[in-house]
Amino acid sequence: MSIPAVRQPTRRGVELVLLVFAWLIGVLGVLQVGWATGEGTTTRLWITIGVVGALALAMHITVRFTAPYADPIMLPVTTLLTILGLVMIYRIDVSAAQRAVRNDAPLPTPDVYAQLTWFAIAVVLFIAVLVIVRDHRRLQRYTYTFGLIGIILLVLPLAPVVGTTVNGATLWVRMFGLSFQPGELAKILLTIFFAGYLVVKRDSLALVRTKFLGLGFPRPKDLGPLLIAWLISLAVLVFENDLGTSMLFFGLFVSMLYIATQRRSWLVLGGGLFVIGAVLAYMFFGHVRLRVEIWLDPWTYAQDSGYQIVQSLFGFANGGLLGAGLGQGFPNLVPFANTDFIVAALGEEIGLTGLIAMLLMYGILIERGLRTAISVRDSFGKLLAAGLSITLALQVFVIIGGVTKLIPLTGLTTPFLSYGGSSLIANFIIIGLLLRISDRARRPDVTAPAVDEALTQVVRRP
Amino acid sequence: MSELALTLIRLGFLALLWAFVLITVFVLRRDLKQPADARPMATQSSRGSKAPKAPRAEKVKAPRASKVKGTKLVVTEGPLAGTVVPLDGAQVTIGRAPDSTIVIDDDYASSRHARVYSSEGTWVVEDLGSTNGTWIERTRITTPTVLPVGAPLRVGRTTLQLQK
Repeated sequence: MSIPAVRQPTRRGVELVLLVFAWLIGVLGVLQVGWATGEGTTTRLWITIGVVGALALAMHITVRFTAPYADPIMLPVTTLLTILGLVMIYRIDVSAAQRAVRNDAPLPTPDVYAQLTWFAIAVVLFIAVLVIVRDHRRLQRYTYTFGLIGIILLVLPLAPVVGTTVNGATLWVRMFGLSFQPGELAKILLTIFFAGYLVVKRDSLALVRTKFLGLGFPRPKDLGPLLIAWLISLAVLVFENDLGTSMLFFGLFVSMLYIATQRRSWLVLGGGLFVIGAVLAYMFFGHVRLRVEIWLDPWTYAQDSGYQIVQSLFGFANGGLLGAGLGQGFPNLVPFANTDFIVAALGEEIGLTGLIAMLLMYGILIERGLRTAISVRDSFGKLLAAGLSITLALQVFVIIGGVTKLIPLTGLTTPFLSYGGSSLIANFIIIGLLLRISDRARRPDVTAPAVDEALTQVVRRP
Repeated sequence: MSELALTLIRLGFLALLWAFVLITVFVLRRDLKQPADARPMATQSSRGSKAPKAPRAEKVKAPRASKVKGTKLVVTEGPLAGTVVPLDGAQVTIGRAPDSTIVIDDDYASSRHARVYSSEGTWVVEDLGSTNGTWIERTRITTPTVLPVGAPLRVGRTTLQLQK
């Protein structure tokens, strides 16, 4: 390999330093929980801390060898968010155990070790993505295969034998004693499908037929894909009772359509369909109406269906600006504190100051994803990177907005933080793909093909 | 653990979180500036070994505009708008072929449409026998032509610009 005249810095050193920093923050967090709750630290906990460090190092080394020019910030930020999640899950385990001891109840199984296992699996898949997908453009060849598998995964929870309903939402698949949310993987496959599909079709979708209110609207016959996406997301809502996935799926499609065609009319049309869907759902589905009513006035329902959100708000209030401190709040008062409501638990213990730092990390992560989309040099990569970043952005907005009572609550997991394997795995695959694309975007192009041999003249695409 | 120690640790933890965010932002800022700083073009041309292929025998038109060399090629219009391709000595190929440096997805571009390479301290555009031509401002180029900084270079429905 020849070395380029002026070497483009790979910035892998920066990444390593930031990763070590993230890990140290995690160690301090665990120690703090131990000191504040009087639990101390066990050998098992130290092993967990070591394993987390080793996993982070494994990811770094993989990136160093397979995607040397990849973005240096995405991986440390992701890792820190995951570590914060692990610390908080551990902290909730501690409080659950202490409560069990007070009530003479049997000790609950701690979740943090299960989450560690999921993290390990996620890291293995992250490495697999970087090793197997050497060039993201190859994914474009399997556009329709991915689309088909994505749709199948989306409806799989409805299948009679494997599908399971948990807490009213049918989004689980139980097989061989393991349960998994296939919707999480479906969102990645569908993003690849949308990117591949829109790259090919965007020219006709960008055609303008009628002008209305200063916006160019597409031809009626090009509305098909949008309507199909709308119907599928309504179907997910009706049959799987899953508001979050439904919104994520439709929002993703509309934003990618907008990015592909640069026509604001798609946003207007998509927004209109969303409003129609939302009104229909409100009128015909009791659980949607309940969600909206709890959102408007949780205090009326404070003892039953609004209990979660009210406790979450109390948590934020108790945390205040600087937080109660890790190990010093009452996060176990919120049901599902370590999954849907982990942000509420974090908000209580690290306060607004910590929460804003965390939101900034999400912002930086998404900014890096969109920056990758801008700088990569092929349309498919652009759409894919933008779509994957938007998936993350929508999830963060929908769940944190729900927990803080900005919008009605929907069940989505907080990326990287929440307890839950499917979500962690899917989001690490997303980061793997984004790093792959950013490596391509930032790599200096030293191996330009010999042009003289390939002087072809193509008149028009078939 | 005393109350004071716990408070200090609590604030320390928040400070560390923010330090992480600020360092990240600092890295990010340096990263945004980096393409211009890291590839000084002066050192580039002085190293003959890595210079791209010598231009063809055809006569290169005299430079029309300033002799200031650009360091990046920016896509200003078309589906790839916003893309910045740093010029680092190697040639840049433009076309529909997937192995081009800038892959243009456009019915009006040829597979191997044009290339941009450096020669004698300037960047030169050469049309590679495209169907619809390569245009600098309003002229269709027929021979390798020096690309002035800031002039619009049109390939299909995409407009590129050489920037300092």
